[in-house]
Amino acid sequence: MQKFNQLTGIAAPLDILNVDTDMIIPKQFLKTIQRSGLGKNLFDEMRFTPEGEEVADFVLNQPAYREAEILVAGDNFGCGSSREHAPWALLDFGIRCIIATSFADIFYNNCFKNGILPIVLPQEDVDKLMEDAKRGANATVTIDLESQTIKGPDGGTIAFEVDAFRKKCLLEGLDDIGLTLQRGDAIDAYETDLASQPWR
Amino acid sequence: MTGTTLYDKIWNAHQVEAQADGNGLLYIDRHLVHEVTSPQAFEGLRMSGRNVRAPHKVLALADHNIPTTDRTGGVEAIADPESKLQIQTLEKNCAEFGIEYVAMDDIRQGIVHVTGPEQGFTLPGLTIVCGDSHTSTHGAFGALAHGIGTSEVEHVLATQTLIQSKAKNFRINVVGDAPDHVTAKDIALAIIGEIGTAGGTGYVLEYAGPAIEALSMEGRMTLCNMSIEAGARAGLVAPDEKTYAFLEGRAKAPKGEDWDKAVAYWRTLSSDADAVFDKEITIDASDLPPLVTWGTSPQDVISIEGAVPNPADIADEARRKSTERALDYMGLTAGTPMQEVAIDRVFIGSCTNSRIEDLRAAAAIAKGKTVASRVSAMVVPGSGLIKQQAEEEGLDKIFIAAGFEWREPGCSMCLAMNADKLAPGERCASTSNRNFEGRQGRGGRTHLVSPEMAAAAAVTGHFTDIRNLKAEG
Ligand code: SF4
Repeated sequence: MQKFNQLTGIAAPLDILNVDTDMIIPKQFLKTIQRSGLGKNLFDEMRFTPEGEEVADFVLNQPAYREAEILVAGDNFGCGSSREHAPWALLDFGIRCIIATSFADIFYNNCFKNGILPIVLPQEDVDKLMEDAKRGANATVTIDLESQTIKGPDGGTIAFEVDAFRKKCLLEGLDDIGLTLQRGDAIDAYETDLASQPWR
Repeated sequence: MTGTTLYDKIWNAHQVEAQADGNGLLYIDRHLVHEVTSPQAFEGLRMSGRNVRAPHKVLALADHNIPTTDRTGGVEAIADPESKLQIQTLEKNCAEFGIEYVAMDDIRQGIVHVTGPEQGFTLPGLTIVCGDSHTSTHGAFGALAHGIGTSEVEHVLATQTLIQSKAKNFRINVVGDAPDHVTAKDIALAIIGEIGTAGGTGYVLEYAGPAIEALSMEGRMTLCNMSIEAGARAGLVAPDEKTYAFLEGRAKAPKGEDWDKAVAYWRTLSSDADAVFDKEITIDASDLPPLVTWGTSPQDVISIEGAVPNPADIADEARRKSTERALDYMGLTAGTPMQEVAIDRVFIGSCTNSRIEDLRAAAAIAKGKTVASRVSAMVVPGSGLIKQQAEEEGLDKIFIAAGFEWREPGCSMCLAMNADKLAPGERCASTSNRNFEGRQGRGGRTHLVSPEMAAAAAVTGHFTDIRNLKAEG
């Protein structure tokens, strides 16, 4: 997994509530058996017309945001299905951080497994960052995971919370599975005890 | 000391280790695998030279992507090369890693969340995961069941465990007798309408109260299925005699002495009387009408007697804008009575409402009537066994005589990954669980309803208060 330490980049404003995983990556692109290559279909039905032309006013099609690495969005981002294709598509496009007032549970989890940092902030902070983001490329934002701060274009700093274990995994690019396999003895012991419940 | 909730009991019984940061390493008893969210997980195992730790705790089948039309040509004959490759990849992965695979031509094949319970793979008190958000369905049996992403699928395959943060407890009491034609689907929609699509985020829901006890297992599955639409990781109903009666004798359920032992244990699985919940609400089912959604979020629910809401009445700007956007997408005008909204398509199916009871309820409405000329309607049973049972009961004949299509089991137009999808602008009365933009096909407009309401809309050509339709018939 890619590490996440510090990121300075353009933030794109996606001022929509309940951005769902069907919007992020529509199901016709879930037939792949690979992780990569989904970026070109990120937000497909919002980014492109049925004929495949770019929708000019969609934020990621605007010249200022084509290289965006951060998304600022409305409440309940990532609701809907468990498809990890959603973070894969975001990552493949180049998005490494999403800021919103709330996230759907499974999506939030999936981000951390893919080196993406989802940040939950109170409404007023999101509003502020949304306004800043609307200023386009003149308004880069710096996210520092170690110190858990976001530095806005005007020098103001916003602090954010993140689970300590997930922070460590992101900072070090740690593979969860490798970590859990080190706990093999505990899992073995648990399985031995299962004999008393043969239906399990 | 206060008592323990059902969720906490299952959590405690499965925690292999508590981590210093408060997360837990949870043992996973059952893992359902399907074709869409698993290929990259198996690939990951291969790349790191890892094995599947407990293949006998995994059950795999293809459901999302498979055709629901004639399948006599087998997998080879699937027209879409990507769908075919995904299904063949699952078959191959299962063979390589020693996992039981229910093939497309097996009578047990169906939607994972239908086949699991039907086979007795789902049991009370277990932890069950699947790379699919509607895994919450299995909570109907008092199992802690939730969806996971593909990285977690790989994690469970390799370690039979999952690192989880503990959710909070949220009890939803449903009291009163649901009136005739107010189904588990209506109760689910009413709850989501009440708490919102993020209302359950961070919680495990426990559904309790007389109206829940009165539900059949099918109804409880419909209800728990929609927990994820309320943002909750999982939904739970404490097991009871109905649960045991449903499971007894099923292929993968314990037998003989083991069965007795299991039931004795399952009887301990309910929240203690003095258990404390972080949040609790009560809903009166006796007040509920049949419901229908008008927008692009499952929380956009309204009584069938209601009208399309007016954004101008909404004070909050973000909500108003989102309502305007939804109405624009849905092609609806504020103030239009829902019963005047004409439909083009009807879909009866999905892991929410494709079980035998759902098909019986829809058939009872369709019987002797004809699908309106403007409407094309289809019924997609949840599994091969349900299809077979429905055919034994003659339900297929009722549907076909009324002008419905009768299909092979699968996810079908619930998510429109196969050929079953809406054309842009088409309006559908659907028994599925998500009305997101484009969910049933780009530009398609989905209204969520119960099976009876879907059948009623099919025969009248517009949304119809099922209670009146019955009175006239
Ligand atoms: S029927 Fe629909 S919701 Fe259920 S598993 Fe299939 S696609 Fe998902």
